[in-house]
Amino acid sequence: MIERSPIFDFITYAAMVLGMFLVLVPFWITLVAGSQSLQEVSQVPLNLWPSTHLLENIQAAWTRADLGPKMVNSFIVAVGVTLGKIVLAALSAFAIVFFNFRARMLCFWVIFITLMLPLEVRIVPTYSIAANALLPFQVILDTFGITGLVETLSGIRIGLEWNLLNSYTGLILPLVATATGTFLYRQFFMTIPDELVEASKMDGSGPMRFFFEVLLPLSRTNMLALATIMFVSSWNQYLWPLLITTDRANFGTVVMQLKALIPAQNGTPDWNVTMAGALIIMLPPLLVVALMQRWFVRGLISRDK
Amino acid sequence: MERRAFYRNGTLPWLLLAPQLLLVLVFFYWPTSQALYWAFTLEQAWGGGNTWVGFANFLAIFRDGQYWATVGRSAFYAICATGLSMAIALTLAMFVDRALKGTRIFQSVFVWPYAIAAPAAGVAFRFIFSPEAGLIGSINDIWPGIWSPATNGWHALGMVIVCHAWLGIGYNFIFFLAALQMIPKSITEAGAMDGARPFQRMLDLQLPLIAPTVFFLMIMNLISSFTDSFGLIDTMTEGGPIGATEVMVYNIYIDGFKGLDYSGAAAQSIVLMVLVIALTFVQFRWVEKRVHYS
Repeated sequence: MIERSPIFDFITYAAMVLGMFLVLVPFWITLVAGSQSLQEVSQVPLNLWPSTHLLENIQAAWTRADLGPKMVNSFIVAVGVTLGKIVLAALSAFAIVFFNFRARMLCFWVIFITLMLPLEVRIVPTYSIAANALLPFQVILDTFGITGLVETLSGIRIGLEWNLLNSYTGLILPLVATATGTFLYRQFFMTIPDELVEASKMDGSGPMRFFFEVLLPLSRTNMLALATIMFVSSWNQYLWPLLITTDRANFGTVVMQLKALIPAQNGTPDWNVTMAGALIIMLPPLLVVALMQRWFVRGLISRDK
Repeated sequence: MERRAFYRNGTLPWLLLAPQLLLVLVFFYWPTSQALYWAFTLEQAWGGGNTWVGFANFLAIFRDGQYWATVGRSAFYAICATGLSMAIALTLAMFVDRALKGTRIFQSVFVWPYAIAAPAAGVAFRFIFSPEAGLIGSINDIWPGIWSPATNGWHALGMVIVCHAWLGIGYNFIFFLAALQMIPKSITEAGAMDGARPFQRMLDLQLPLIAPTVFFLMIMNLISSFTDSFGLIDTMTEGGPIGATEVMVYNIYIDGFKGLDYSGAAAQSIVLMVLVIALTFVQFRWVEKRVHYS
């Protein structure tokens, strides 16, 4: 603050309070409606103070949408994507930044371009690959005549098939196949001074030792940022899980279940149960963001710039 | 990105890159090329492979007035959601940047919408905007029938746009605040010495200085409103009433997975991809012209 201007300070606070109101209203309404009884929630106008039925509403939502196993699924997917991303992205960024090989720039661009098209845009063809993830390799083998060759030589016909529908791998792998993490690590690795690499070489340690003992400990902040971003985005996935799980009972995630919680057109308008369900479904990523704010804000910004 | 000190090893970098490259090949490049293949071919009704049809699939969707209505609706949706979300986030960031006492609390709350799943926000906003429930719906008691998203397409679209804008506040706020905080104190102080009041400094000094961030966010927001609206629309309106909230992504889903018209859906996907790529390129041209303080 440079000069005193009490009037403008007042405006500042007023604007921030108004903003707070704007941001918190949906949370507040969800909490309020989720804690009321059916009768209270159907009142017009709605009472804007929480009531005492939160726990029973959560219980009702939990059984209606079968949230127990769905929570487990959501956690498996979110943790799977997060871990997969942290590991794979670190490895590939390490190769791109610290090694000198001919196709380096090509590899960088091949990975980087995937940032451009979000999964939603290429949803139809990605779905078809999920039916058989090994199809590209089958086609490669077929076009180069390897399939025919092997068949005549050994009598065995190569039929590669790996169905990803209704599986955790199907839910997880396509979400790992983007460049976000690689890019974040790359930005950070670029700031590592050359002297560090030289010193480590002089001490006689190879590239992998440098990776594990110097690079990884240094990128701890980055990993936290990436973990937050990936956890939130994979927990919140909706369209992809909807397509790839036909067996909802066993492989559905919680976010998919939100629609099942909405009261039917001519059914009982028990929005209290719906909102209680929505509340617990939005809680895990919200907690992660609130707790990890310091790191993830930094990661988010260095990712996209 | 040249390094003076690096490792030289024939196979190791490839081993390190292999998992990522394989995933990207299987789940990005293969599907994308598959989409191209489908967009230019048509599945035979009696089975037995696809026949090459050239641009027929594209011509079919371009001749369809319904499709253009969808494109127009998506553009309207994208522009409104982007404008609304960025305006709110920018205002909040400007005031938070003054760093008065107690700002920290506001700052952390403003980030929260980033964490929320679109369908969860969709459900919450559906209740808030429900004509039967006692919030926005209360005005129907005073003027009966004035708010009716179930029958009025504009009401429904407006409701989805407001929700989308709300969801974007967190992300936009983070970027705006970071950009504002990068402006050196000395520039602001110089402005103050010259007699510019805080509000004047916001408009004449800070806003032009963060113009590159404004532009960057505008593109990111447009892309996300074009591609990321499915969860909201599916939970709030399901494209209704009578198609009034059917946007491009939702249309692809309906045609591809409900109508099983893969060629039509693939052609629509390609159109959307071209649009997103074009927006990204516009951004890349501008990234170079970023303002630097040194």
